[in-house]
Amino acid sequence: MSEINSVGTDSVGIVTPQTAHFNEPLTLKSGDVLPAFDLIYETYGKLNADKSNAVLICHALSGTHHVAGKYTEEDKNPGWWDNLIGPGKPLDTNKFFVIGVNNLGGCHGSTGPASINPVTNKPFGASFPVVTVEDWVNSQALLADYLGINTFAAVVGGSLGGMQTLQWSIAYPERIKHALVIASAPNLTAQNMAFNEVARQAIITDPEFHGGDYYVHQVVPRRGLRIARMLGHITYLSDDAMGAKFGRKLKDTIKYSFDVEFEMESYLRYQADKFAGEFDANTYIRMTRALDYFDPATEFDGDLSTALRKVTAKFLVISFTSDWRFSPERSREIVKALLDNELPVKYAEVTAAHGHDAFLMPDKHYHAILRSYLSKVEV
Amino acid sequence: MSTHLNNLSINNINTNNLYRQDFAIIAGWLGFGSKALDLGCGDGALLSYLRDGLEVKGYGVEKDDTNWLAAMQNDIDVIQMDLEAGLSEFEDNSFDTVILSQTLQAMHNTEAILQEMLRVGHEAIVTFPNFGYWRNRLQIITGNMPVSKDLPYEWHNTPNVHLCTIHDFDALCHQLNITVIERKVVTNGNDVSFMPNWFGNLAMYRLKRSH
Repeated sequence: MSEINSVGTDSVGIVTPQTAHFNEPLTLKSGDVLPAFDLIYETYGKLNADKSNAVLICHALSGTHHVAGKYTEEDKNPGWWDNLIGPGKPLDTNKFFVIGVNNLGGCHGSTGPASINPVTNKPFGASFPVVTVEDWVNSQALLADYLGINTFAAVVGGSLGGMQTLQWSIAYPERIKHALVIASAPNLTAQNMAFNEVARQAIITDPEFHGGDYYVHQVVPRRGLRIARMLGHITYLSDDAMGAKFGRKLKDTIKYSFDVEFEMESYLRYQADKFAGEFDANTYIRMTRALDYFDPATEFDGDLSTALRKVTAKFLVISFTSDWRFSPERSREIVKALLDNELPVKYAEVTAAHGHDAFLMPDKHYHAILRSYLSKVEV
Repeated sequence: MSTHLNNLSINNINTNNLYRQDFAIIAGWLGFGSKALDLGCGDGALLSYLRDGLEVKGYGVEKDDTNWLAAMQNDIDVIQMDLEAGLSEFEDNSFDTVILSQTLQAMHNTEAILQEMLRVGHEAIVTFPNFGYWRNRLQIITGNMPVSKDLPYEWHNTPNVHLCTIHDFDALCHQLNITVIERKVVTNGNDVSFMPNWFGNLAMYRLKRSH
């Protein structure tokens, strides 16, 4: 998803990731067991004496632990939610201790398919298990233990991150005071899963995928990753946003060729190349699978309200009018289930043109909502 | 003090410290600790009042961004949605009382919202400016659409599409098989019992389904 370049004086400044190593085996939802694993994370702000001011940020499909700040003075690419987090920003690091973590199965430092399997001394590749939202939340809870945090003042996430936030409220009701679920859904629709399947097929059918064991062949299924990313980008934007950004603008003139002629093509190819150079295909197919599988209502005959009956957190649910991949209707399903349980919930439907990507944009009203809500969160 | 304010998105009016007379009457119709839904809750002043005074567990519905934000700042559990689309997020009989305070006249789907209110709530409270108030009639007789502190809009910019009199509303309740449990008519905060359709400027109804 789009990055925002906006490091200013209210930046958290230079940050350094840290790695937590876990030696206890983690049993995954699939039944597979990870005997040991690493989670890479960053923190911003200071944990207070009674450890009551911690906020966990759950990332979306292609997110990382690098949520805010930059790595060097010259760094042009701050963390992916830098416009939200920092001293004096809506998620104020003068008040909160904010944690960003790369999920299991990721490709930015937490144990994932590209990591070396200590048993074989080779990359896990295809043998890395399929991880779920539930597994991520369980591993994040272990990270909280490691950091000495019993209860989060808030867990915050957009899109797939919102699903993790919802799962936190279900799995660890006593450990989360506020849940901020943004541009998310209680499960994916068939259409949404279909996009994921196309993305995975692009990757899996790339001759350089080698069944997921491409590392040992020293190749990367770039073509598949590129197409998967292009498809993703189209669905994260609204028709209007693409129209406003590119319209039918040509780079030069029509050349009756299949090269890049329209600005939109140039953008898609640029995003695709950038992504294929930095993201792992095995991670991508696992992240999309985690999206597909998440459905907390399944165990309760499809009844989300029953699934949420042990929840105690207070909720802020936000959707964006032009988001068709995680539409407002889907957020309202979460709201309805919370209302059925008489839980405290505030729901905003933000008028925004950017589609699903709107949750990463510094829209004034959207940020006013977050600022206002978070200012009332007691620590 | 019963200055009419519209809760919809027209003027982003802050409702703090207004409506107090209405609030007291509405509070009198709610039980201590009961569960209420306020439709078109504005900045949440009524729900704050009911929460502080009666420990009412309240939710609000508000469409306008500015009002929604103000309600959230008052720590109201406020849901942003358009009442015209119905109340499908709310289950049958999930509230003791559903309140529609001075918003009915701006609703397009008048019958639908009344039926939705009594589906979701055991009781409903509806308040509206009485178009039969003598000052309104006087302005009509002299040839103009009424403009007053209760109806502050000109005919061409008013959000009020369905103004009615007390008689009209009584007839609609009868037609929709809705029982009027109690009715209060007030002018400037004072009860009006003599010829209320002439002398009352604010009508307040406590309603339930007829069986």
